Amino acid sequence: MQSVNYIPIVLQLLVAGGFVTLAMTLTHVWGPKRKSAEKLENFECGIESQGNARMPFSIKYFLTAILFVLFDVEVIFLYPWAVNFKELGLFGFVEMLVFIAFLLLGFLYIIKKGALKWE
Amino acid sequence: MGIELLIFKSILVLVVFTITLTIAAYSTYGERKIAAFLQDRIGPNRAGPFGIFQPVADGGKMFLKEEIIPADASAFLFVLGPSLAMLTALMTGVVIPWGDTLTLNGVEYSLQITDLNIGVLYIFGVVSFGVYGIMIGGWSSNNKFSLLGAIRASAQMISYELAMGLSIVALIMTTGTLSIKEIVDQQATWHWNILYQPLGFLIFMICAFAECNRAPFDLAECETELVGGYHTEYSSMKLGFYLFAEYINMFISSALMASLYFGGYNFPFMNSLGLDQNMVTILGTVVFFGKVFFFIFFFMWIRWTIPRFRYDQLMRLGWQSLIPLAILNILLTGIFTMREELKNWLFN
Repeated sequence: MQSVNYIPIVLQLLVAGGFVTLAMTLTHVWGPKRKSAEKLENFECGIESQGNARMPFSIKYFLTAILFVLFDVEVIFLYPWAVNFKELGLFGFVEMLVFIAFLLLGFLYIIKKGALKWE
Repeated sequence: MGIELLIFKSILVLVVFTITLTIAAYSTYGERKIAAFLQDRIGPNRAGPFGIFQPVADGGKMFLKEEIIPADASAFLFVLGPSLAMLTALMTGVVIPWGDTLTLNGVEYSLQITDLNIGVLYIFGVVSFGVYGIMIGGWSSNNKFSLLGAIRASAQMISYELAMGLSIVALIMTTGTLSIKEIVDQQATWHWNILYQPLGFLIFMICAFAECNRAPFDLAECETELVGGYHTEYSSMKLGFYLFAEYINMFISSALMASLYFGGYNFPFMNSLGLDQNMVTILGTVVFFGKVFFFIFFFMWIRWTIPRFRYDQLMRLGWQSLIPLAILNILLTGIFTMREELKNWLFN
């Protein structure tokens, strides 16, 4: 019964995918093609570009991504609980408060460690 | 699923798709007119009366411009980036209830493409895919500006996704369902969720701005530092897709805010007007689009009023203000909903 609800998503995917493919093809066919070596160089503000763009970047971004994975799993874990919140009653609420308290403890630790300091 | 329903759904998919593209196109016109108004200028006024054919001209130009793929770029990923951004933007409209049910020849048709029982999760899942479009496009360009823009955008989007998810958890606690249709129906007439979740709405709205990469959170494409951000190297319709996806995301975010917090297609006194169901549905859809247009206007109003954040301010707001605030909101919602049980437990 439920899986029937997913058929329109397939329809939408076909329409959207078809549109994207068609637009990409048309712009490729219709646009002028006057390419030269200079034109195909990477953009730089009027000077020769230096080195390769695939270079190391700040570790902060990596840390943010790792922390996101950790916390997003926690957030997803909250969803089934939130749906059944009223049925679970006070016991469920207190249980989840304990879980969130542990979560906040970890959160406090990473803030104190300066993992989210960007200055 | 009967053949009639399938045909109806196919028509609805096409209609919603056309409306989405039209609104996205005319948002660019609206944005320029509103920017002009706020800055005491006239704005586009050459193509047609009041410049209303400007989006058509812009769209046509996008198709006819030369397509440039830099020699150092990874060609396949370079094309995949904007395609993915556009595809994910178009996929989110499926679960939005655009209106109540219409009765044609004695058969009830819902004006929602599909009512998933996990509608909210579906939206989050698809929106998360949008990060890949930006990241792939920025990385494959092989340009330092693009890479920095893409990394900034990704870090920003994933950071604000957390607070957004948490603000929705508090809403789900009061509604008890993940189906957007059911959430809207619970808000019948004037019982809008904004009255019960004001803090949650504020957090959700700020995160929606950040997810859409709209000012004041448009650090990914700040011209003064990064040229064009992740789409520096893009031209023709590929650039168009990135810009278009941003406006579609804005439209869908507005629709989501209207559905989750502002009653969707419900409006006060809707059942006491003495109109038949079909009329109320049509009126409801008009009201729904009115709410959506207000939020789109609000997005633009903010963009042309508030200056851009600095990156450390952005990350501090996301991680150290909004996430604790969202958790506080969950706590307050829980205590408020459980107030009777808590009273019994404490004073017995």
